[in-house]
Amino acid sequence: MATQTSTTALPDTTAGPEFGRRWLEVVHEWVTTVDHKKIGIMYICYALIFLLVAGFEALLMRIQLAIPNNTFVSPQVFNRLFTMHGTTMVFFVGMPILFGFGNYLIPLMIGARDMAFPRLNAFGFWISAFGGLLLYFSYLGGDGLYGAGTAPDVGWFAYAPLTSPAFSVGHSTDYWTLALLLSGVGSVATALNMVATTICMRCPGMKLNRMPLLVWLYLVTSLMVFIAIGPLTAAQIMLMLDRFAGAHFFDTQAGGSAVLWMHFFWIFGHPEVYILVLPAFAFANEIIPVFSRKAIFGYPAMVAATIGIGFISLSVWAHHMFTVGMGAWANTFFTLATMVIAVPTGIKIFNWLATLWGGKIHFTVPMMFAVAFLFQFLIAGLTGIMLSVAPLDWQLGNSYFVVAHFHYVLVGAILMMIFAAFYCWSPKMTGRVLSEKLGKWHFWLFVIGFHLTFDFMHVPGLLGMPRRIYTYEADRGWMIWNLIVSSGAIFQAIGALVFVYNLVWSYFKGQLAGADPWDAWTLEWSTTSPPPAYNFAAIPSVGSRRPLWDLKHPEDPDSNYEM
Amino acid sequence: MGGTAVLFHNPREDWKLPSRGIVGMVCLIIAEAAIFIIFVVAYVFYLGKSLTGPTPRDVLELPIFTTICLLSSSFTVMGAVSALHRNKRNMCSLWLALTVLLGAIFIGGTAHEWYNLIYRDGLTIKTNLFGTTFYSLVGLHATHVVFGLCMLSLALLFSLRGQMTSKHTERLEVLSLYWHFVDGVWVVVFLVVYLFGR
Repeated sequence: MATQTSTTALPDTTAGPEFGRRWLEVVHEWVTTVDHKKIGIMYICYALIFLLVAGFEALLMRIQLAIPNNTFVSPQVFNRLFTMHGTTMVFFVGMPILFGFGNYLIPLMIGARDMAFPRLNAFGFWISAFGGLLLYFSYLGGDGLYGAGTAPDVGWFAYAPLTSPAFSVGHSTDYWTLALLLSGVGSVATALNMVATTICMRCPGMKLNRMPLLVWLYLVTSLMVFIAIGPLTAAQIMLMLDRFAGAHFFDTQAGGSAVLWMHFFWIFGHPEVYILVLPAFAFANEIIPVFSRKAIFGYPAMVAATIGIGFISLSVWAHHMFTVGMGAWANTFFTLATMVIAVPTGIKIFNWLATLWGGKIHFTVPMMFAVAFLFQFLIAGLTGIMLSVAPLDWQLGNSYFVVAHFHYVLVGAILMMIFAAFYCWSPKMTGRVLSEKLGKWHFWLFVIGFHLTFDFMHVPGLLGMPRRIYTYEADRGWMIWNLIVSSGAIFQAIGALVFVYNLVWSYFKGQLAGADPWDAWTLEWSTTSPPPAYNFAAIPSVGSRRPLWDLKHPEDPDSNYEM
Repeated sequence: MGGTAVLFHNPREDWKLPSRGIVGMVCLIIAEAAIFIIFVVAYVFYLGKSLTGPTPRDVLELPIFTTICLLSSSFTVMGAVSALHRNKRNMCSLWLALTVLLGAIFIGGTAHEWYNLIYRDGLTIKTNLFGTTFYSLVGLHATHVVFGLCMLSLALLFSLRGQMTSKHTERLEVLSLYWHFVDGVWVVVFLVVYLFGR
């Protein structure tokens, strides 16, 4: 059972000592909570703060690259910027925001009152939040006691030997390692909780084949977290032993291998992409049917495709390493494995299209983001197939084409679905609907900015511009493209600010949502918005995949059509 | 409060789901196994690649006795679980004490081995790649043994104070799962490091 504290404790505006005590009570309540809904919201808030920070870092990099021979930031600062941007976005924005939504939604969707292990849940949140703080503390403490601090500058995949004590003096790399280790511990704790919740806490009648697809996809994501985070943790322990205890794992002078780090990192790194994208698919699986007013097309195929993606994604990591020179057989294997993953992904895209087909589409903001996601994810997948071809990758590897490709996945697909999820589920969390008008501004500004930036970013990559350079000569022919790319970043930044303003404005002034603003079908909409600490007064029991449809249409319940 | 979707199918009596403790521990074991696999891969990858000695063949001895101790502790912990299940609390304490003792002998054996390796053979984590991979793999396993021993000692303490009853069988079973995993990892380490890698 969750904590018995009230869920609507907002500080009132009366000043004085009364207000101060009240405020402390609220803070105390949130810090000590084990309620999955509050932990979910805290995950989301901390990820949003880091999203703004890491987005600001991206903006600084785009200012630096907008024109040739720019001296806006120094090369050293540029190295720190891209390292911190990448690390933050993957570990302290992507993971926590997706875990936050999962934490909030899974128990509600399966008719449970909390996660399986509420205290472990709080532990997972705080340990990964401290990981994020530790990463940014490096700006102050990166050089230890020797002088002014510096952030890590080894890139988000921190290839050896850049991380060896000889080339990374001071403690900036240690902060990076520890931050990732803590974030990994938190991720495993939360994933473990999600699996145990999904398997052990379902309400009566919620069989596996009746679970909302979102819960299914989070289940597969969590299982992938176990297998992917392990190698990362192991590699970080090895790196720490190298740096602190004088071990030789990645020390080539003692016979160690720098390539081994690459393998270990990408054995984590590629499944990580799918760990991030599966929750985005999960949001699409819930949002597209509700706003098409149709049940999802091909539920079993969706589940099977998800499990297929989970398995195949474990055998594609070395497509990040074609330029290392692994030999023809390894290149062939990883090319084929990478191409095969397009099959289950294609099944998903066709299923979403078939769900839209003939539906009565409601173009609300969540649906607009979902449709943008479909287009952009398709293009991201197509450039992915291009890059999976080893000879083409030799040409394009480590160029801006690669940067454009993976930002198409991370921003064009994942971030778009995260925005959609905000517009869809924040009414449940706050009790108020986000403004549609501001939402449309946010959507158009962001989508235009996204396409200006990342469509045109492919071109300098094709022209040979390598990633991670802090500036370039004027005669390379890259200037006009970089200028367009940088101008798109401004649109995205304004769009993101409109979004944050919308969140704040709607929290106080938004239209009241009621229990079920979208006339949806899954259990989270059957309780009040925001739900009470115990979620459901009586534990529901369900008879089909769309329990609220059954409730609203007793004359024609889904359970009549179950096989 | 909105209406909850109460439907007619599936009376609650026949709705039974797995225990969350066991599912959680299985998840933890999968995640830990992934970590160990990477350390084993690193060990195998660096076999014979050390630039200087000593080599495994020079210094490693088969730890047969301590291996037998650790593996039999898997059976004693099973004895503890089944004794608790039948509410024989004294037997449970006895089995737990035996488990802790066997685990402690194993750790003592590892300590003795490491002492000899460091002071007799001059092998440390800094010496060469063998030292690096050996101490990290065996050390990671030993850390898990120590953690398991702490938890088992805690269970023993509860059992001796009479605070453990057959209601707690499932919790002890979760702990025993972890202990079986630690033993299983040792089988792999023993085969890779002491048998085939020597």
